[in-house]
Amino acid sequence: MSLRESRLDRALGSGARAPSAPRPFADTLVFAWRAVLKIRHNPEQAFDVVVTPVMFTVMFTYLFGGALVGSTEAYLQFLLPGILVQTVMFTSIYTGFTLNQDIKRGVFDRFRAMPIWRPAPLAGAILGDVLRYTASALLVFGVGFLMGYRAEGGAGAFIVALILLNVFALGIGWIFTAVALMVRTPGTVMTLSWLVLMPVTFGSNIYVAPETMPGWLQAFVAVNPVSHITTALRGVLDADPALAAIGLALLTPLAVTAIFGPLSMWLYARERG
Amino acid sequence: MKHAIETQDLVKAYGATRALDGVSLQVRRGEVFGLLGPNGAGKTTFVRLLSTLIRPTGGRASVLGHDIVADAGKVRARISLTGQFASVDEELTGRENLMLLARLLGLSGREARSRYGELLDAFDIAGAANRQVSGYSGGMRRRLDIAASMITRPDLLFLDEPTTGLDPRARADVWAITRRLARSGTTILLTTQYLEEADQLAERIAVIDHGRVIAQGTAAQLKARIGSGVLRLTLHDRDDAARAGTIAAGLGLAAQMQEDPRMLTIPLPDADAALPLLAALAEQGIALVDFAYGQPTLDAVFFALTGHGAQGEAPVSGPQEPAAATEVSE
Ligand SMILES: Nc1ncnc2c1ncn2[C@@H]1O[C@H](COP(=O)(O)OP(=O)(O)O)[C@@H](O)[C@H]1O
Ligand SMILES: [Mg+2]
Repeated sequence: MSLRESRLDRALGSGARAPSAPRPFADTLVFAWRAVLKIRHNPEQAFDVVVTPVMFTVMFTYLFGGALVGSTEAYLQFLLPGILVQTVMFTSIYTGFTLNQDIKRGVFDRFRAMPIWRPAPLAGAILGDVLRYTASALLVFGVGFLMGYRAEGGAGAFIVALILLNVFALGIGWIFTAVALMVRTPGTVMTLSWLVLMPVTFGSNIYVAPETMPGWLQAFVAVNPVSHITTALRGVLDADPALAAIGLALLTPLAVTAIFGPLSMWLYARERG
Repeated sequence: MKHAIETQDLVKAYGATRALDGVSLQVRRGEVFGLLGPNGAGKTTFVRLLSTLIRPTGGRASVLGHDIVADAGKVRARISLTGQFASVDEELTGRENLMLLARLLGLSGREARSRYGELLDAFDIAGAANRQVSGYSGGMRRRLDIAASMITRPDLLFLDEPTTGLDPRARADVWAITRRLARSGTTILLTTQYLEEADQLAERIAVIDHGRVIAQGTAAQLKARIGSGVLRLTLHDRDDAARAGTIAAGLGLAAQMQEDPRMLTIPLPDADAALPLLAALAEQGIALVDFAYGQPTLDAVFFALTGHGAQGEAPVSGPQEPAAATEVSE
């Protein structure tokens, strides 16, 4: 018998009582901490969040820079704000993926049978996302600076850019959250999310200015929210912020939040067999 | 309030499937109550209803005096759930799992550290505390799972098939832990597919099948109905089966035919009852190839209680009706 019964008795006899009232703020923080732990234990995810954006920045700049705008320096200046958008968008997929995985597993049953603030797992995951978006954006900025990128707007512009990126990604993230709560497997969440992300990322003004595109594509790029946020970020970082562009960029994430936020909350609270 | 759990005609339907089909049960405070039934009987559904994860389609239930629908929050503050499928986080380490739950249960950082240290030690997981749970053995995972339920002291603990899939040694550990838990005063609702487990751990047992309670009582009461053991006979000649059944009936015993026509199983009140039967068979010239005495399997229990096996197949027609007294003995 490997168990020492006297220790067991002592441990079992000495537990405190569970709190009777849920604590929204503290519970949310615990779940945010859990999200961070998950990233640490998940090397593939860290790879996606760290390596992919760096690779895109370096590759696109040196591969296409000369051909597209004549010099790699000028292209980097144009590309970097868009790469930031691309990075947080790709990162946001993990929100849905992780959530779906969680729900499938028994551990979520345990959480739901505990006296915690009911939306805490979701709220904590969102807080974890903010940390993730910020970290990956800082990383892309860092690589950009090393390669010669200069933000004309300075430190203030830099902070505004981070906030805009977070608002945008958190807003769009509700779509993936809702999807995650509706489909059966984490794999399906991935597939569906890429299906949405691919066209809106590449059919945008992130990599090239749309002037040389065919008319139908130009029309798509013009209404694509990814283009709006990219334009807004370029303005902010180049010390030429246009309030109209920022407003336009925030319109979509806010609208998405208004629709998919409550939908996700409802899907989440709904009973699962 | 003397009942930890009280249910009345509890029903849970999934479309046309009635996972629970009118269950009325009472679990007393401080007891270990065993819910015994085969796969698909409705055990997990019962546990999920009472731990407020799902809502009933019909009927009522209260846990520690709180209604499971109207007062779900109060129920959650006083229970712990160790689900059928490991309810710990595979990707995190054992230590991180306990830390996370301790913080959610309102312990400060320091309290949490001291509490999980104590639990890791007591449940013999300290050596693996910094490894990811995905690398744990089944037994270790189960111990962590139960430890996670005991960070704070619940009034009622649900253990849903805690030993299914475990090797005998790990099972013995879980049994020892369950006994200690019971001694510490926690009411336990234990579900299992093993009669022996319910017999060993539970003071009272409800046998459940197709969402209904088909028998209920103490282990002793149930055993009195189904026999504490089963004699399994293999006859030399299959044509003797009917005669052997009649001889058993003459001694007040109910023989059940098996799929193999040469085999008979006979529930006995105790091992001593085997001797007169074997003597009588020998006297009548019925030759045996083999005989064995042992604990009845769940299948034998179901046969005795319902006239069909645990998987719900049709009864094999025997020389006489099985001991089909299906009324509840209490
Ligand atoms: N979410 C669900 N949707 C549909 N049917 C379900 C669901 N959960 C359980 N069932 C059905 O209800 C019955 C009882 O299941 P369960 O409570 O898991 O049994 P046990 O735990 O005793 O093995 C089974 O027939 C099962 O298929
Ligand atoms: Mg089950």
